[in-house]
Formats: sequence, C-alpha cells, structure tokens
Amino acid sequence: MIMQKRTLGLIFYFILLLLPIYWMLNMSLRTNADIMRVFTFYPQNLTLENYIKIFSDPTWYSGYLNSIYYVSMNVVISLVTALPAAYAFSRYNFLGDKHLFFWLLTNRMAPPAVFLLPFFQLYSTFGLIDTHFAVALSHCLFNVPLAVWVLEGFMSGVPREIDEMAYIDGYSFPRFFLTIFMPLIRTGIGVTAFFCFMFSWVELLLARTLTTTEAKPIAAIMTRTVSATGLDWGLLAAAGILTIVPGALVIWFVRNHLAKGFAMGRV
Amino acid sequence: MNKWNDNKAWFMVIPVFLVVAVSAILPLMTVVNYSLQDIFSPTQRIFVGTEWYRDALTDPRLQEAFGRQMLFSGLVLLIEIPLGILIALMMPKKGWGASLSLVLVALPLLIPWNVIGTIWIIFTRPDIGLFGAAINHLGLVFDHTASPLDAWITVMLMEVWHWTPLVVLLAYAGLQAIPEAYFHAAKIDGASSWATFRYIQLPKLRGVLTIAILLRFMDSFLIYAEPFVLTGGGPGNATTFLSIYLVKIAVGQFDLGPAAAFSIIYFLIILLISWLFYQVLLKAGTGEKS
Amino acid sequence: MARIELKNLAHAYQPNPKDAADYALKPIDHVWQDGLAYALLGPSGCGKTTLLNIISGLLKPSQGQILFDGTDVTTRAPQERNIAQVFQFPVIYDTMSVYNNLAFPLRNRKVAETNIRSRVEEIAEMLDLSADLEKRAANLSADAKQKISLGRGLVRSDVAAILFDEPLTVIDPHLKLLLRRKLKQIHARFKLTMVYVTHDQLEALTFADRVVVMNDGQVLQIGTPQELFETPRHTFVGFFIGSPGMNFLACRVSRGKALVGSAQIALAADYGALEGDFELGIRPEFLKLHATQTLGSLPVKICENENLGSCKIITVQLADQQLKVRLGEEETPPTTAGFLEFPAAWIRLYAKGLLVEPEPRKQPTQEVPP
Repeated sequence: MIMQKRTLGLIFYFILLLLPIYWMLNMSLRTNADIMRVFTFYPQNLTLENYIKIFSDPTWYSGYLNSIYYVSMNVVISLVTALPAAYAFSRYNFLGDKHLFFWLLTNRMAPPAVFLLPFFQLYSTFGLIDTHFAVALSHCLFNVPLAVWVLEGFMSGVPREIDEMAYIDGYSFPRFFLTIFMPLIRTGIGVTAFFCFMFSWVELLLARTLTTTEAKPIAAIMTRTVSATGLDWGLLAAAGILTIVPGALVIWFVRNHLAKGFAMGRV
Repeated sequence: MNKWNDNKAWFMVIPVFLVVAVSAILPLMTVVNYSLQDIFSPTQRIFVGTEWYRDALTDPRLQEAFGRQMLFSGLVLLIEIPLGILIALMMPKKGWGASLSLVLVALPLLIPWNVIGTIWIIFTRPDIGLFGAAINHLGLVFDHTASPLDAWITVMLMEVWHWTPLVVLLAYAGLQAIPEAYFHAAKIDGASSWATFRYIQLPKLRGVLTIAILLRFMDSFLIYAEPFVLTGGGPGNATTFLSIYLVKIAVGQFDLGPAAAFSIIYFLIILLISWLFYQVLLKAGTGEKS
Repeated sequence: MARIELKNLAHAYQPNPKDAADYALKPIDHVWQDGLAYALLGPSGCGKTTLLNIISGLLKPSQGQILFDGTDVTTRAPQERNIAQVFQFPVIYDTMSVYNNLAFPLRNRKVAETNIRSRVEEIAEMLDLSADLEKRAANLSADAKQKISLGRGLVRSDVAAILFDEPLTVIDPHLKLLLRRKLKQIHARFKLTMVYVTHDQLEALTFADRVVVMNDGQVLQIGTPQELFETPRHTFVGFFIGSPGMNFLACRVSRGKALVGSAQIALAADYGALEGDFELGIRPEFLKLHATQTLGSLPVKICENENLGSCKIITVQLADQQLKVRLGEEETPPTTAGFLEFPAAWIRLYAKGLLVEPEPRKQPTQEVPP
C-alpha cells in the first residue's frame, strides 16, 4: 500500500512538472498566429516550421554549438580544480581553511546587474571578449565554489581510514585519488558535473555581456525572437525545447552515478 | 572527523583560488570604488564618501523591496526544502524508474531563465494558457497582471516548479549515500517509517541540505529574470524584488554610484544571512561543538 | 532464545535459477540448537552473509522454510522475529545520546519509560557504557559504537537470537580481543543463540560452540572447532582451517596402505581395495620429523625452514609433492634431509574433495555398477 501511495504521489508530481513543458512543446509545434488565436490541448495544425527555421539558420544553431562548447569547457575546469581543493578541505586543517571555504561561496552572492560592467572591462583588458574561454572562466565564479562545496560534502562521508590504508599500502597520492577515491564519490561527481553544466547552460547575463558574435550563447540568441511584430512564441518555444535536450542527455549519462550509492558506508 | 594538520594542503586549493579570484576580486573592488563616487562620465568623477550608502539605507522603496524579498526567500525555503525531500523520498532507488525520475525531475532546471518567464506568461494566460484556462474554468477570477496576490501566487508557483528539482537532486544523492545497514538496523529495532526518517535519513542529509538551503537562499534572493519577464515587477510594485529594483535604479538614473552602493549593501545582506544559516546548520544535529 | 531450523533452505538472487551456479546459497537442511554460539566461516562471497540475512529476515529465501522454536517465520519481517543484528560498520543513531540509542528499540515497542530506564541501565552496566549514557553516540569510538549496536539488541528481553555480521572489521586490533571476550561473557550470561559471520578462522574458532564452514554457497561442515580440526569432512575445510592448513598428497589406496609415488604409508584402518585417485590429508601439527630413520618413517628433502617465533614451519618434499610440518619452537629440525613419520590415527583420506570413511566390516568392498 505504501509503495502504491508513493508511486501515485510521484506520478502526480511529474504530471504537474511536465505540464508547462508540455505546453511549451505544444506551442513549438504551432505557428505564432495559431498560438495567439486558439486554445488547444494539442496542435491541430501541426507544423515543424519553427524547428526547421532553427536548424536552417546558422546563427541559431551556432548558438547551440557555442553554448555546448563553453559549458563543457567550464565543467572540465570546475571539476579539475575543485576535486583536489575539495579533498584538501575535507581532509586537512590548514591556515585560513574555514574562511577560504566560506569565501568561495560568497562569490555566488553578488547581484549581477552592476557587476557586469567591471566584468566587461576586466575581460576586455585581457582581450578575451567574445571568446568561449571568457565565458567558461567567468562561469567558474559561481560553479567552482558550488563544485567545491558539493564535493567536500561527499568526500567527508568517506572514512579517512580508507586514505590511510591506501597510503600504507604504498599508493601515491594521484594513483590513490584516481583509482580508489574517485570511484567512491562518483555519486558526488555526477551531481556536481550536472550542476555545473546546468548553471553554466542557463546563465544569461555574463554570457551575453562577454560575447558579441563569435561565442554568442543560445540563451542570448533567443532574445532575438522579439521583433517588430512582437514575440515569436512558437520559435521561442521550439528553441526552449531544444535547450533542454543537451542537459537531458547529460543527466542520462550521469544517472547511474546518481542512482547508485557508495560501495562503502558513511561511518 | 578529525583532520590532518598540514598547510601544504594549500597547494591543492591554489588552482581553485586563482580561477575564482580572477573574476571575483577586481570587479568587487571596482564596484566598491563606484559606490563611493558620483560619476558623470569616465573622466569626471567626484568622491562622495558614504553618501550613496546613506541614501540607499533610507530609501523607503528599497526597504519595501527588502521586505518583499525576505518574504519571498522565506517562502521559497519553507516550501521547496520539505517538498524536495518528500519527492526525493518517493523516487525509486534503482532500476529504470530511478533513471526516468532523475531525467524528468531535472528538466525544468535546464531551461534558460528568460525562457521560463516567457513560457509562464503563456501558460497562465486565461485565453491561450493551460493554467489560466483551467483556473478560469473552475470559476475563479485569476489575473496576475491585476491582482498582487495572484501575481505572488504565480511567481511562487513558477519558482517552486523551477527550483524544487534542485533540492530533489541533492536530497536524492544524499539518500543514496546512506548504507543499507542503517535501514536494516531500523527495521530490526522496530522503527516506524517516520522514526527512520527522523533519526536516520534526516541526520544523514544534513550535509546536502546545508548546501541546498544556502543555494536556494542565495539564488532566490538574487532572483531577477523569471519574475521580471513574467510580471515586470508589478502590478504596481507588488513583485518588485531587490534585484528588479536594483536594475530600475541602475538603468533609470544613468548613475552607477547609487546602484553600486545598493549592490554592495545587497551583497552584504546575503553574506550575513548566509553566514548565519551556515553557522546554525553547522551546529544543528551535532548539538555541540566537536 | 530459540532453536533455529533451516528446512531445505536455498536462495538465488535471480528469479529463475537454472543450475547450481545460480544459487548464492545452495539447499541446506539443519537444526541449530538453542543457546549455542554458531560461527559462519568462509571466504568472501561464500554465501554466509546471504544466510545471515535470511535468518534475520532482511532477505526472503527463494525456497525452503526457516523455523524459530518450531514456528515458521519465513515470511515474517525482521521486527517480528525478535532477533538482533550487529553489522560490519557500527550502526548508531547519530543524533541521539547513548541512552536514547539503547532505549530506541524499546520505545518503538511501547515499553513503559520506567522499565526502559532500568533495562537500559542494566545493559549499559554490562557493556561498560554506564559512564557514557548521556554522551552523544556519534562522538564515541568505533568499539563503543559496536557495543551500542549490540546493546540495542540486548535490551529487548524477548530477543531470540543475536546475529553478527563481521562485527570486528573496523575495530582496532588491541580492542578486538576485549570486545570478543565481552561477547563470550554475554553469551555465557544470557544463553542466547548467537550467529556470527566471519572470514577469520581465529575469531570463529575462539568464539563459537559450532562452526559452520561455507564455500561457494554450500555448507561444507558444521561441527565443534575440534571436529573441524581433527576430521575435516571436506578438503576445503582442512585447508581453510588451521595455519598452515592441512597437507594433501595425491595417492592411491590399497587396503590398509596409501601409495604416494613409490612410498607406502600405513593407514589406521582397512579401506578395502579402492580404485582411482585419492588425497591423503594430514595436519602439519601431527607430522613428526626425525633426523634418523625410525619405524615407518619416510626419507624427505627439507626445502624451507620458516621460524614464526612460537613455532617453526618446515616445508619438506616427498616424492614430487610438498608438505608442511609444524614444530614447536624448542625443536631443531634436520637441515637438508630427514625422515617423516605419518601417525596413522591422524591420517584422513579424501576422494573428489570429500572424506572417505574407513570400510565398515562385513560389507561388500564396492558396489558393481550395473
């Protein structure tokens, strides 16, 4: 009985969760005029026009490619730098560790509106404007602290005896870290990778400020659907549906790491 | 857990420090610099000291926006954290059901924030939106462009729909990390499912919930794009949250000084509240300083 | 307290087991007596934890029945079986004090608070936890945490059996001994049926009244530590128990003699005229090594002399097979060659891994296959 109640509750939640997304899908398969004119549960005059437009217009699909490019770059930088740092925070006491740990998080706290201008100035000084690297690096500001925090939480769950045992067995630090420790916290790495991907993927303000044409992200290109005649809802909805796809693929790949617990217990 | 004492651990932290500091320190200093000046043009500046800070702190509209913001973030935490835990508990632990649930739950997180606002505009329209039409069909008058309460309800619904999945994912990963032996022991001890939750799952989730609460607090306190696109801060000023008001100042006055001072105050408020949360959560559940 | 009966019990993790290899636990039929301490001993993956989980009710067997004192409990949930279990890693309720941890199972069973207090204090006293009752359980050491897990089982006066799943894994070596002694005391005092899973033979042999040796999902032998040592019913048991394990020599058998290569070893009984290949098993402790030839001893080459302090392990070669001989520390073995004596009383014979009993008198030597 309890199992059934759970499943029912979950299905109910998923229906609510999917309704707005379904509505977006519904809109994406209709023309703009049709959307504004009639209320319908499903597209009566189904059209792929919006999707065709996105796939045939290079500015649209290059937006996707740009986003994927800098987001992947950001995920890699975030994980590679955050893994050793999170290990240090979870295993060692060192000068200023607690302050540094909290300071990292403060970088997610600045209201972006006014900070955008100095950001633009800073990145222009380095000649990085309109490069993928600039966006990837600027997104580290909020993703790296998140990665360190999440990973530290998972690493602290692994008993320190495991490290000690490995060092006694003569493992070098890199070998221990790669072959023993990382598999133990793969749940945490999966969660972290997904969050970094997600926050970088949907971030709009920094990405738009730091790019002009060459590295312009998809979220910024979407604002082009506003034209003289108003917003092209159908086109925007189609673009919205397409922005979900890469992330859904990412979570599909990390799902096994999320769905399996640790081999070792948190003691 | 007791840790090793070794300052060499700094070497492992340096890459993170550099990557973050590059983007963090100079812009912050620049904004502090702006906030102390009256800027007419890049070459014409007057040092005004703390004048902008005094202005900001005595601005009644800012105080109202702050009150609204506190209410909003408070509601967000009160709803999303318990709801997120509940859903994580309901999700299957393994098999295709687990994979499907994970993918579904993550979908709202992956939509760019400006698009979310746009989708909800249509979704809540009584003529062509599913939600608006459904509410009207029930015979209720619902219009988020006219009624402040309706606007709040809509913004909250959108926020809960959009961000609860973040709490779900964190809580789910945390639950997966609890070894089976704990549940076995609880069964043998005759614990009810509530007692199992209260004494095993909740304490073991403390770490991930700390992260979830801090993240949700900070991000909801800074929320801009979704409510701005949906309501434009209205009707009246009903949904003008701090960042919406901040942008109004920055764009409206062509003067970076007051906006910069506002930003710094804003930043310090988040910092202070987050720090309080962090301290409380750090000690909660451990009961004593270990 | 309970007698535990396992009736044709088996378990496979996949739904439709086809052959024996699919079974994590192969069919077992046995009665475990009330009040005895049993150890389930075997290498990892041998099915001992599966068996334990079936007894505790965490796992439902795919076939067979399990009875406590004659009552079928196969389909009962763990909390309805009156058992207690101590796990490999200490399971404690982190946010509770030691007192509340111990009181938890009683509170869940709606026992009156005054009874809880007296019971918890009694158990805490016995486990040397009285001083820590008000402390938070999370801040204690691993051995204290394991005692709390044990205590949560002991507080329940109706507990039928206590199950242990390698409970000393995370305990410091010097504390292991103390904790093991505590377990023996508790067993002596409460006369509880105890089932103790371990892969450490020393733990099993010192703790248990009966040792259940398992390998590859199969129960190979159940017996007292002495029986396992003197008469292993299976070569695996002989090899697994003892350090070093039993010596096995490939041989042929002719009535009262075993033939190893060209050497003849006298046996204690007449095994009849047996065809085929056999293994002669003898414990290193029972072999005698002489510098000069004695009656019935065989010349061997000495390959290795290992001094372990309290004893010496000598590796010798007979024909082309090696054996280990265990000598006391005061004995000095010959250096390059010697003479090995096989006391007939300690020689066991095995065919295809199983013990061969000496031929009972007056029966035909061998059945002729049709």
